[in-house]
Amino acid sequence: MNPIHNIGRYFLLMVRVFKRPQKHSVYFRQIIFEIDSIGISSLPIVAIISVFMGGIITIQAAYAVDSPLMPLYAVGFTTRESMILEFSSTILCLILAGKVGSNIASEIGAMRITEQIDALEIMGINSASYLIFPKISGAMIIFPVLVVLSMFLGLVGGFVMGVSSGACTAYEYVFGIQAFFMPWKVGYSIAKSITFAFLITSVSSYYGYYTSGGALEVGRSSTNAVVYSSILILLFSLIYTNLFIGN
Amino acid sequence: MIEIRNINKTFGDRHIVKDVSFKFLQGKTNLIIGESGCGKTTILKLMVGLHPVDSGDIIYGTENFPKLTSDGQQEIRKKIGMLFQGGALFDSQTLEENVRFPLDMFTTLSREEKTERVNFCLKRVKLEGKNALYPAELSGGMKKRAALARAIANNPSYLFCDEPNSGLDPKTSIIIDELINDITREFNMTTIIVTHDMNSVIEIGDNIMFVHKGENWWTGDKSQILKTKNEELFNFVFASEFMKNIYSSLSKL
Repeated sequence: MNPIHNIGRYFLLMVRVFKRPQKHSVYFRQIIFEIDSIGISSLPIVAIISVFMGGIITIQAAYAVDSPLMPLYAVGFTTRESMILEFSSTILCLILAGKVGSNIASEIGAMRITEQIDALEIMGINSASYLIFPKISGAMIIFPVLVVLSMFLGLVGGFVMGVSSGACTAYEYVFGIQAFFMPWKVGYSIAKSITFAFLITSVSSYYGYYTSGGALEVGRSSTNAVVYSSILILLFSLIYTNLFIGN
Repeated sequence: MIEIRNINKTFGDRHIVKDVSFKFLQGKTNLIIGESGCGKTTILKLMVGLHPVDSGDIIYGTENFPKLTSDGQQEIRKKIGMLFQGGALFDSQTLEENVRFPLDMFTTLSREEKTERVNFCLKRVKLEGKNALYPAELSGGMKKRAALARAIANNPSYLFCDEPNSGLDPKTSIIIDELINDITREFNMTTIIVTHDMNSVIEIGDNIMFVHKGENWWTGDKSQILKTKNEELFNFVFASEFMKNIYSSLSKL
């Protein structure tokens, strides 16, 4: 199937997704469910990866700034900048694209091949809106929370690793993470995460929704969802970086 | 009542449904029968709008379904209950939640009234007390009955059943058939069943359309089908040599 066809069909699906909800109370309940399913269940992996990445960035920064001309607070500074600008938004969302994206595509794909989506349609329900809108909304609400949490845990991981390995002192690290701090960068990172949340859930839902065939095709949809979500995350990260940080 | 008039459907260069017309009667079990691949499920999917028709009319009461806007079609669909071949129950929901679902979406009933209705529907299909079970915990026959309970939860005017007996043993098949037949009469629904199970045809076939190569080949009822002189229908009904021998023995009596 050609890319133009896919892009057109994706936008037509989004038009159906954002039609007026048929029953607000049911949709609200679904959004809460998706926040739990997409976000809360991802907390352990977000926490583990962020703490370790913070520690790794700190050690690498300490190794890179091992020069008498560089102040040791640069270790904390580098860790903060890396976590806020790129890791907690882009890299974390790439990881979530794997976890959440494949889950959404396979869930909706399985519903398609077992006629559950047909059952919704025959009941007179806008299946695209009922299934996809709560996922997109839930992710757009919870992803920024995960990103902020990841920033915090990354910095904690960096602190623990930096101080325990002797790469820097606690004072230097804390001074470093406060040095030249520009709050808009946190906002920038949150904005990126909201965009990525939309991309991951909508693209994965698209591949799941148009699954046809059997188990093999569900697997293929799941793979496509992760691949295309990841490519789009990188593309939009580049656009964001060029717009806000580039010249 | 539902009437289809000269409906056609083509997939690529394959003409699957050819100029089919038929009247499905209210309060009766209307059967669409035919060999596998003859187009009977496609006719069902055209009737509920899962596939658009290429040409022809599908009249629900006084409204021509293909000519309605998508909102108009959704209003008609709210009057439809459908029993899918595999049940199509929502895996993530319990039996109670599955049956409650159409009530949550389309009614303003209180929580207690919904629970009462759910329990009534589950009792009607002999699944009382199974409210908390998930679809994965049900047998094939129970899944079909649960799907039937969900299909009738919202008091539909039209009930569509796609091969309700597939994958079931003869005894359970008869239970499902009787259930559908009783519910049709009890709620005065227009019921359309797609099947190739001859037991169902003989048991509950009030109004039958035999589809052959995408065309309406024969119409009649269960009393007429065994006396048919139509060659294709005869070969369908008496498919095995065993059945043909029984037929010829009975004819000699």
